[in-house]
This record gives sequence, C-alpha cells and structure tokens, in this order.
Amino acid sequence: MIRLILPPHLRSLARVDGEVELELDDAATQRTVLNALEARYPMLRGTIRDHVTQERRPFIRFFACAHDLSHELPDAPLPEAVNTGTEPLLIVGAIAGG
Amino acid sequence: MSAVRALIGTRKGAFVLTSDGKRDRWDISGPHFAGWEIYHIKGSPADPDRLYASQTSGWFGQLIQRSSDGGKTWEPVGNEFVYDGEIGTHQWYDGTLRPWKFTRVWHLEPSLDDPDTVYAGVEDAALFRSTDGGKSWHELSALRRHESGPSWQPGAGGMCLHTILLHASHPQRIFIAISAAGVFRTDDAGQSWRPINRGLKSEFMPDPTAEVGHCVHRIAMHKSRPDVLFMQKHWDVMRSDDAGESWQEVSGNLPTDFGFPIDIHAHEPDTVYVVPIKSDSEHFPLDGKLRVYRSRTGGNEWEALTKGLPQRDCYVNVLRDAMAVDALDSCGIYFGTTGGQVYASPDAGENWSAIVRDLPPVLSVEVQTLP
Repeated sequence: MIRLILPPHLRSLARVDGEVELELDDAATQRTVLNALEARYPMLRGTIRDHVTQERRPFIRFFACAHDLSHELPDAPLPEAVNTGTEPLLIVGAIAGG
Repeated sequence: MSAVRALIGTRKGAFVLTSDGKRDRWDISGPHFAGWEIYHIKGSPADPDRLYASQTSGWFGQLIQRSSDGGKTWEPVGNEFVYDGEIGTHQWYDGTLRPWKFTRVWHLEPSLDDPDTVYAGVEDAALFRSTDGGKSWHELSALRRHESGPSWQPGAGGMCLHTILLHASHPQRIFIAISAAGVFRTDDAGQSWRPINRGLKSEFMPDPTAEVGHCVHRIAMHKSRPDVLFMQKHWDVMRSDDAGESWQEVSGNLPTDFGFPIDIHAHEPDTVYVVPIKSDSEHFPLDGKLRVYRSRTGGNEWEALTKGLPQRDCYVNVLRDAMAVDALDSCGIYFGTTGGQVYASPDAGENWSAIVRDLPPVLSVEVQTLP
C-alpha cells in the first residue's frame, strides 16, 4: 500500500481529505503511482503530468523520505519506505509566484 | 418575473451572482474553484443551466468545469487540448521561432443551439470544439495552419485566441480574434479561414496596414445584425458593416481610444459601450476617473457615463472579457475590474453601482437573462 499526499488544490479537485492510499500491482515508481492515482481519480489527469508526453508539470515536485525525487526517471523505483507505506510520497506545488 | 445571473471569473475563483429583474439586490455564491484562475464562464443559449468554465493554474494546468444546474454544482470534464498534426512554429517576443504550446483556455463559446457543443479559444492561439459537453476536444486546425500562422506573435498577455463570435443566421460562419494576429473568419465551419483586417492600422508594426499582426483586443456583434462588427483594438475603436471585409475607425471624440472590452446594447444594435484607459503602458482610466463611454450612433459620437462610478483616484483596469449586457427590457450593462469590483447599470448606463466590490481581480463577466 502506497501513501500519497496531494497538494490542497488537487485534494479539493479529487474531493479527498488527508492522504490517498493506493494499492499497486507493480513496484512503486513515479509512473506506477501516477497511473494508479489517475485511474482512481480521472479528474487529476493532466494536472500533475502532461497528457501526451507524460512529463511532470514544471511546478510540480515529488518528495519522499526528505529527498527531492522530482528529477528521477519515471520508471526509477521509489524508496523502499514508500513502497512499503512507511513513508508517504508527497506531490508538492512548488513555491512560486504569490 | 425575469431574473439575471452574472458569471464572474477571477484570479482566485468563480462567483455566481443572481438577482431578480430589479437588479438592486444580489445574492453571491462562491468562490467556486477557490484559488484557481477562472478565465471565463459562459452559459449555453440553448440551455441556460448548462455552464462551462475555464479553470486554470500555472501549477496544475487546465481544467474545464461543467454545470448542469446553473452553477450550483460542477463536474470536471475533458482537459486534453492536443494540437492536431504538425505543431509548427510562431514568432516569439524576441523574434525567434517557437513551437505552438498549449497554455490555457481564454474563452468558451457555447453553440447557439446545442448545449453539448462548445468552442474554446486557447493560448497558444487555436480554436477547439467539443460536441460531447466538454468531454473531448478537437482542434479546428485549419486556422492555426493558415499560411500566416508562422508570423503570428504574442501580445503582452500571451498569444491568445480570445474572441469567438458565432453567426446567428449563417451557421457556417465564425469570427475569431487573436492577440496579436487579428481577426479571422470562416464561412465553412472552420475548414478554411482568412484574415479580415483591411482598414486596421497598427503603428507598432513595420507595415502598419499589414494583413495580419494586429493586436485586436475584442470584437462584438449584435445577434440581430451579425455582419456588423465593432472592435476595440490595441488603439482605435473600429466598425465593420460587411462581416469584416473592411473596417473604419469610429473612435470619434473618445478621450483615448485604448481599451480592452467592447459590447452592444441588447435591443439597440447601434448603441455601443467601451471603457477607455489611458494608454498601452498605463492600463488605468484617464485622470483616475472610471468612465464608460456609450455611442448611440454606432460610433464616432461618444458620451461619458459616470453616475455611480468613481471619479477620482481610480486606477483599475477592465479586461477584454469583463463586460456583458443582459436582455431585460431596460438593458443592464455590467463590467468587472482588476480591483475586484463588478459594476452594474440597470438602465443602459445611466446609473451605476457596485454589485460586489472586493473580489479578486476580475477576468471575465458574462450575464444570463433567465425567465
């Protein structure tokens, strides 16, 4: 079970409170987590990564275990603590603008 | 008794204002989509309870929201805007070529007769259409592929397609306007387009009368006379009596002919409204006085409308999509400001009051007249 924390705007859009918990068939990577997230909450498609290129939107960041994983490859394994649900994966709206 | 519903898009959410036909007391709901930029909300002429909203964010991209109950509840629909085929390039601010890139939806224009059909004008400039209530979007790509496309360039706000006018009696005819390319028209439902900018003069261009490149801010049409168009350009207020084949300047006695919005009285096709601002570098009212100007002669002769509007120390702007009219017997005029006020006049501009005054900066105002 993967734990995921969304930024407030996306929690509102998906109508969820607190953390999202996802069961994955495969090992946790950015791609498998986002695939599972978008399958459960289709309204989030296009808000975290581009529909076509699947690239992370520029002002979105992925944090876990006190590390910035934003520039990891989409298919790179996420930390084991995320994979086991010990630590959440944070999807963060970068601080920019006002 | 008739009622009026005003749909307000702001930098930080949407607001829906409702009133009875007197228009002296307003109920306000919102913010809907709090924290998001709402570039435009518009209702279907065929079903006034069907609304579409453009919800956008620099962080999270574009969403389209749809309501089937007049804005009480909303659901996100399709947000996949993919340019059709080869992307191509356009001019960038520094003169280099830049591939078309979707940024946001500026304007939504529902079909005149089908609630599930809606057009979207987007940045970088292109026209999309949905025929399934916003679930899926398809580009009418002949516009972007026009031979002049590589020469189009962004205005200060981005290269946006901001105006879509559907012809009431010729369903195949659509007018669109792009900053800064100009006005284009299709007579075959979007299969082919041509620029219709003859008569426009833009001193910022190397050739001020070139066929494309004009920074058209807004065009307006009265549904009873759809081949007569009025335009607020970067500078100049213009008029066309031949579906855009030619334009004549009608700025007349305006104190400044720079501005963004332009609209037409619901029952008087020659009564036109603009909100002049000082200049292209000073986007606020001349002398700090917020004045709507009205022409009852189709242009050239303009009168200032000031009663109830601030006449000192006012330095707000009124953006291109932030003016609308209702269709009650005594036509109501509405506009929103970058200072968060929405002003309304229930008597065609004679008297004004703020129906709400502390919203986030207003991006768009649309008004529905309900039975």
